[in-house]
This record gives sequence, structure tokens and C-alpha cells, in this order.
Amino acid sequence: MNQVLIYAIIAISSIGALSALILFFVAQKFKVIEDPKIDEVADILPGANCGGCGYAGCRNFAEAIVKAGNLDNLNCPVGGNTVLKDIAPVLGIIATERSPQIAVVRCSGSYTNAPKKVEYDGASTCTFANNLFAGESGCPFGCLGLGDCVFSCKFDAIYIDEATGLPVVSNEKCVACGACVKACPRKIIEIRNKNKKDRRIFVSCINQEKGAPAKKNCEVACIGCGKCMKVCTFEAISIDKNLAYIDFEKCTLCRKCVDECPTNAIIELNFPPRKEKAKKEETVNTEL
Amino acid sequence: MKTFKIGGVHPEENKLTSDKAIEFLAISQKICIPVTQHLGTPSTLVVEKGESIKTGQLIAKGDAFICANVHSSVSGKISKIDTAIDTSGYKKTSVFIDVEGDIWEETIDRTNTINKDILLSKEEIIAKIKDMGIVGLGGATFPTHVKMMVPNGKKAEFLLINGVECEPYLTSDHRLMLEKGEEILVGISILKKALGVEKAIIGIENNKSDAITYLTKLALNFTGIEVHALKIKYPQGAEKQLIKALLNREVPSGKLPIEVGCVVSNIGTAFAVYEAIQKNKPLFERVVSITGKSLKNPSNFMVRIGTPVIELIEKAGGLPDDSGKVNSGGPMMGKALNSLDVPIVKGTSGILIMTRKESKRPEILNCIRCGKCITVCPMGLEPYLLAQLAENGNFETSEKEKIMDCMECGSCQFTCPSSRPLLDYVRLGKNKVGLIIRNRANN
Repeated sequence: MNQVLIYAIIAISSIGALSALILFFVAQKFKVIEDPKIDEVADILPGANCGGCGYAGCRNFAEAIVKAGNLDNLNCPVGGNTVLKDIAPVLGIIATERSPQIAVVRCSGSYTNAPKKVEYDGASTCTFANNLFAGESGCPFGCLGLGDCVFSCKFDAIYIDEATGLPVVSNEKCVACGACVKACPRKIIEIRNKNKKDRRIFVSCINQEKGAPAKKNCEVACIGCGKCMKVCTFEAISIDKNLAYIDFEKCTLCRKCVDECPTNAIIELNFPPRKEKAKKEETVNTEL
Repeated sequence: MKTFKIGGVHPEENKLTSDKAIEFLAISQKICIPVTQHLGTPSTLVVEKGESIKTGQLIAKGDAFICANVHSSVSGKISKIDTAIDTSGYKKTSVFIDVEGDIWEETIDRTNTINKDILLSKEEIIAKIKDMGIVGLGGATFPTHVKMMVPNGKKAEFLLINGVECEPYLTSDHRLMLEKGEEILVGISILKKALGVEKAIIGIENNKSDAITYLTKLALNFTGIEVHALKIKYPQGAEKQLIKALLNREVPSGKLPIEVGCVVSNIGTAFAVYEAIQKNKPLFERVVSITGKSLKNPSNFMVRIGTPVIELIEKAGGLPDDSGKVNSGGPMMGKALNSLDVPIVKGTSGILIMTRKESKRPEILNCIRCGKCITVCPMGLEPYLLAQLAENGNFETSEKEKIMDCMECGSCQFTCPSSRPLLDYVRLGKNKVGLIIRNRANN
């Protein structure tokens, strides 16, 4: 009995030793020489694998960073400046500060602003509905409210407000990874600078129709009148295809355009209420 | 009696208008003709604002290979060229015409005499079909002249004529067969000549026995035209199912009917071809069934292209109070309209007004893996799987599972006991896979 045990032990351990030896030589022969910086960078990255940087996961992003040797055009939206600051010494460079960003929903076609004309009861996905028809309000550019952006968000930072039927982005949770931007079939969501105290001014409409048809479907549509462009002293506003766009790099948050907009398509967020024109509160969801 | 083997369903027929003769609808005052009404490359406009035009005058030209001409359906002045919503609610370029009288192009023969002699040659027929803007009137609106040009190395043996009209409610083809039987048969003879085939077979479902008897009798005077009765089953009117039912041939996946020596055309198309070739009349009017259970006066109308849907509804007794949905097309493959100002186009075979109760989709429950969708799928696909793959965004596997073979007949969704939106997701998948395939072809 004992002898059987001993033989077994000897046999198994010798097989083990032999395999270890083979594996050792194979590992030597086929060794992948990898830059140790990649591991270092990958350790610093948050590991959320959200793909917000445009690469397939954090590891892949780390490889791209090490390969590039600098941080130009590379950004980890989740980690933000702190992570980039930590990565910079690994590469032997100095990180430049980037302004924090956030996803912004550029549509105010709530149930009250853009009333439903038809009812949709098909599959609950914006991509399909977008292929099928123009939308319940009739606006061919507006939010369909079926929540593809909500499903795409890995940080639970976006939800559909039942009262308005529009997505709401959380100031705290959103990391500006851009997943919702890709998920939205109508390209309504945009990544914009977060600014001080989360103060933002943007055109909350992407309707490129002419004034009359745009206004027919939605009260707060941008009609491309150009008043905001004239009033802006910083050349931050441009009009293309009947639609105004505010360049967030140039905008100084002076709020002149907000007053000027005849359809309330330009929205200001998180500003303290105005003294003289307290009545001109926007009708749209201020929590956005 | 013949039918196709795999799958199929039996929705309630509800052919309310099968004994209503085709009436001419008075010309609308507000005509809006979309510039592109076919499947393929968009046509280019050839008229300008303010121009006076006659009925039957060319307004948009199809230059590309798969493209069709569009003609004016009324005479008058072009008031504007602008965008107007189509069946989907999206805006498409359209021509708005202020109607003045009804002056036709002089070349059009307006008499009712039936002209049986085919004087044109094969090439001339195809060129004329192209000029007259004929597209498949079964609903797909594929340009007919393209179908008639058999690719090199292929040979057409049979011309199959689709008189099945398997879609519930719709009766436009049925009425056309009864009232314009002889013209249709001449049209078929023209198509036969254009294709160079000896034999044409008309397939008609057995619920239209009057049409079967009538056309069989008439066909005795024509050479090489047969009429076959088919068992009632949806979707028999689909090209591949019709070929299977009539000839027991199977079109390989991703291929066209010409692969098995067939060309399939619709009854309405055959009539349009007759009018185009023998009467010089471009395709600017068609038969539209307007129907629905609560509609006061369901009818079949001969309608000029560009007439707003609301005018048909008013003529048929007005929109009932309990209307839930207005469909362009039948209940199975039709599309819900989101405005009643949408114009009738070449592909509109019917307008169906569904009651609120009928149009409400039941609550979506979980898939219970009963496999009914697989049993009824006429293409032998697995709809539950395709829908799930599309829902999860797995489009590579969808392609391997032959999602592109789906013809969107809706049998799966019709039969699903959990009323899952199977077709919705399959359509989503088809759209994405189609994009992937196109991208691959471009690179």
C-alpha cells in the first residue's frame, strides 16, 4: 500500500517537474517583451474599461499612451486631470490641465414644449424608432426619449425624466466618457466644458429646419434667426443650417444671448437668479 | 392546391371591399408629389417653381441604374418645391401643384378600347417602361425596367404574376383583376415579350374565386398564360414564397428570383405596363383600397398620385371616432402614418383605419421559448434569436444567422404569444447589418 503511494507521488512530481521545465524554456523562447511603463500606466488608470477614451479598455489605452509618449489628444474622461497628472511622470513629461467636461442634452422638446402628435408603442429603442419615423412630436431632430443613452451609461449618470420625457444628466456622476453621445442616433448629446460652478450656456436644440416648420413641432426650437449671433461680442455663436451653435471654448457665460433668444432655445444652467429680470425664468427643466 | 411549404400564418382576411367597384376619386385641389417614390437612387427634378404642367408630364427624372421617373398626376401650376413629410414623418423633397383643370399630355390615349397588338420590340418596351416611371406596385416599388433587364448569363424561363394579395383587408389587385382583366392579360403579354419568356403564370389565392374563374376564361385567348389557384396562406404574395408555391423552386439565400429563372411582377404593375405601352400613359394614378372595420363606406378608389390621405378618408365616410391608427398598407406589413396629409404614392396599395382596440399592442411579456415564431417564419429563420441578437447589439452573429433573408412579413410577431416586438428588433438588426455590409463593400 505504502509503496503504491510512493510510486504515485514520484510519478506525479516527476511529470510536474518535467512540465515545469518545458514551460520554463517555452516561456523563455516566446517571451513577449513589453514596455514596463504600460503596466505602470495601466495601474494608474481607473480600470473602468468604459471606452470613453476611444480605446478598447484601460489596458489598450495605456498601450496607446506609452506608444505616443505624450498626452496630446489622449484623455481619460473618468480619471480626469488627477489621473493624467499621475501618468505624466511615468512618461517623463508634465501634464497640462484640462477643463472638466460633461454631457449636455441639446433638446428641450418636453411633453409641454413639443406635444405628442402620435403615439409610439413599438420596441423601446431610439435607434429603431429613429429608423421608423420622425418621432412622437413630429420633430425629426428631437429626442425620442426611449433611453438608448440611459442604457449606454456605465456610471448611472443619466435618466429619463418622466415628467418631460427627456434625459437628465447628473452633474456629479457624469464623467464625460461620451458613451451616450455614440448611443444617441440623433446626435443630440454633446460633450461640453463643465465650467465654474457647473454654469453652462448652450443652444438646447439641434433642429436644422427653417423657422416655421421647426416652431410648428416645438415651442422652444431654434429658428436660426441669428439674434444671438449679433448680440454676442465674443464671436462664440455661429449659425449653420438654421441652427445656432455656441462654441464653449469662446463663450464667456455673459448670458446676453439667453435674453435675446425669442424662442427660449438657449438655456442657462446653475446661474443665480437674475435681479432685474426675475420673471424670465426658463420654462425648461433647470435641473438638467 | 399549391402553396409554399415552410411557415406562414392565417390572419383574419377581412376583405371588406372585395365587392366594391373601383371609383374614380375627384381630383384633389392640393396635390403634393414626392420626387422619389421608388426603391433606389433618388430622382432629380426637371421642373421649376411657377412652371405650368400637364397631367402626365415628367417632373423628376431617374438617371441612375435603379431609379424611376416621376410624372405629374394633375395639370396646373407648380406653386412650390419644398419638403413635405412622407409616411415616416421625415421630410422629403416634393412638388406642390395648384390644380387647374385636367389637361392631359396629347400623347396619352384616353379611350377605353383595348389594344391587343404589341408593336414594339423587346428593347423598345423596356425603354418605354422606364420612361413611363413604372415601379412594382405590390408595395416594394422596385423599378420594373430594371427587373426586365435579365443579367448576362442568366435566363428567364417564367414570368410569375402575383395576384395573391395575401395581405388582409386590401382588395386593390382583386378589383383590378375583375374590372381590367383583359388589359392585365395584354400587360402580361407585353412583359413576356420584354423578357423573352414563353410562359407566364398568374398565382391567385383561393379566396378570390371570381377572379380565378374570370381570368382563366380570358387567358384562353392568350398564348402561354396560365392561372393557378393557391391555398390561402400569408405571406404567399412574397416573391420567394410565390415561386416556391407555383414552381416548387427555391431562391438561394441572398439571391434574386432570376437565379431560378423567374421574374415576379404584380397585377397592378401588369396593368400599369399595359397603360404605359398601349396607351402612352405614365404611372400617375393607382387603385387604393380604403378600408377598416369602423369606416362607414370602405371603397376602392382610382387615385391620382399625390392626393392627401385625408381626402380618401373623407370620401369613404370620414375618420371614425374610435380610430386608433391609420396604416398605409395592410395590417401585417403596412406602416402607421403620423399625419393624414401624407400623399398617396406609387407604393400605397391601401389605407387601413384600425380601431383603437385593434391598434393597441398587447403588453410585452417574456419569451417562453415556445418556438412558434420559428414554425411560422416563411424564410426558415429563428426570429426570437435574431431579435435578441439585435437587442444586444451582436450584429456579426445576426449576419451569420441570415438576418438579411428576413422580408419583414411580421408572421413571427403576429403569432408570438408573449407579443414580443420581434420584427421591430429584426428590422433594427437588418438596418445595422445592412450598414456593415455596405461599409465592407466600400472598403
